[in-house]
Amino acid sequence: MSGVGIRGAENAAPPLVAEGLVRAYAGVRVLAGVDLTVETGETLALLGPNGAGKTTLLRVFALLLRPSAGRLTLFGVDARSAPPALRRRLGYLAHESFCYPDLSGEENLAFHARLFRVPAARERVAALLAWAGLETAGRRPIRFYSRGMSQRLALARALLHEPDLLLLDEPFSGLDPAAVETLQERLVALREAGRAIVLTTHDLDRAAPIATRTAILHRGRIASVLDGRGADDVAAAYRAVVAGGR
Amino acid sequence: MRGALVIFRKDLSIEWRTREGVSSVLVLGLLLLVVLTVAHDAPPEAAPALAPSFLWATFLFTGLLGVQRGFLLERENDCLAGLLVSPIDPAAIYVGKLAANVALLAVMQLFVVPLVGLFLHLDLMPVLPALLVVLALGNFGFAALATLFAAISVRVRAREVMLPLLLLPLLVPLLIGTVSATRSVLAGGLALATDAVTVLVAFDVIFAVAGWLLFAYVVRD
Repeated sequence: MSGVGIRGAENAAPPLVAEGLVRAYAGVRVLAGVDLTVETGETLALLGPNGAGKTTLLRVFALLLRPSAGRLTLFGVDARSAPPALRRRLGYLAHESFCYPDLSGEENLAFHARLFRVPAARERVAALLAWAGLETAGRRPIRFYSRGMSQRLALARALLHEPDLLLLDEPFSGLDPAAVETLQERLVALREAGRAIVLTTHDLDRAAPIATRTAILHRGRIASVLDGRGADDVAAAYRAVVAGGR
Repeated sequence: MRGALVIFRKDLSIEWRTREGVSSVLVLGLLLLVVLTVAHDAPPEAAPALAPSFLWATFLFTGLLGVQRGFLLERENDCLAGLLVSPIDPAAIYVGKLAANVALLAVMQLFVVPLVGLFLHLDLMPVLPALLVVLALGNFGFAALATLFAAISVRVRAREVMLPLLLLPLLVPLLIGTVSATRSVLAGGLALATDAVTVLVAFDVIFAVAGWLLFAYVVRD
């Protein structure tokens, strides 16, 4: 996974401002008032135990779920209106790949490139397939991909349109150590190019080296925010929050 | 509408590669026609009266299968969410899926209509242009409503049961209109089917506009 160009992001407003975000399912509050700001050129690692609401929060940020209450502002725009131009600035990696099993990796990326109106789409798709190490496998239907290959393709899809705000749900999941390293390098390069990144993970050792801030989500709220700490400090804070039930 | 075209082409591309949708609706259509023909064992003079019900009953059940499959494509790997995070209007997703469903159902009609003529010993060639108008209106109206409801049912449990339960009651006016129009066409031409065709046009317009307007609310959580 290497060698794809990065466009600079210009916008005065913070990429993401969440104020009192609440999301309830059948009366159960999965998000119980999340307040969070993500600035340009920042990588925020979102940690939390299973069921803390990390995936729900990312789906709200990706405009796939409407908050039950609270306010989400993306690049200075109220997300309730969710205009198409706003979605163009978001890249979202979910647990699922969003790719069609009967199409090849190349066809899937080309399809999403057309949806996002990516300029020079053919070259961009080829470059991302090479970055993901799928040059040869890219011509095969993805039904036959391994878990790691699907994850690399999904990452390529999320990066395809050079989004200004990347939302990555468990990006290291299923990747081998070499692919993890390449992804970390890529995420650092994106951050340095001015992109904002929010990633959820359980893997502190992989997230800590690239995160500029770490937020711990517990029981639907941001229980703690740490600035640029090492994995040990983050792990200690995480244990304190979860064990203390804050 | 560029997004709609991209989705339409993608659906056709997948269908061309797998042929799962077309083959399943064609086989089901053939089986339904055989069952109906054997069950009625109709004399030749009864054929014009039976043909509309054969045609549209077959269309209805095979259409349900085809439309449902069209949305199951979007369920695997949560591909529908992939469309929803893209910078296209949800209405464009509706139009793209609608166009793909209309195309699939048209292929099915191309197969079923000659078989109805064959099984009932009915010469459909003299009325074919008028019949094509009724077939197109029935196809579009069915697809307009079914595309919207397939998007609803694909997100719920027991989706195989839910789509017919939700859809069939609402399709009754379309079914009455298409059967009536087809009967009139077989009896003498499109001029005799004015009232029924008016009902079909109204149905098509109402549910296409409803689908266009409501689709965003149906697919977004």
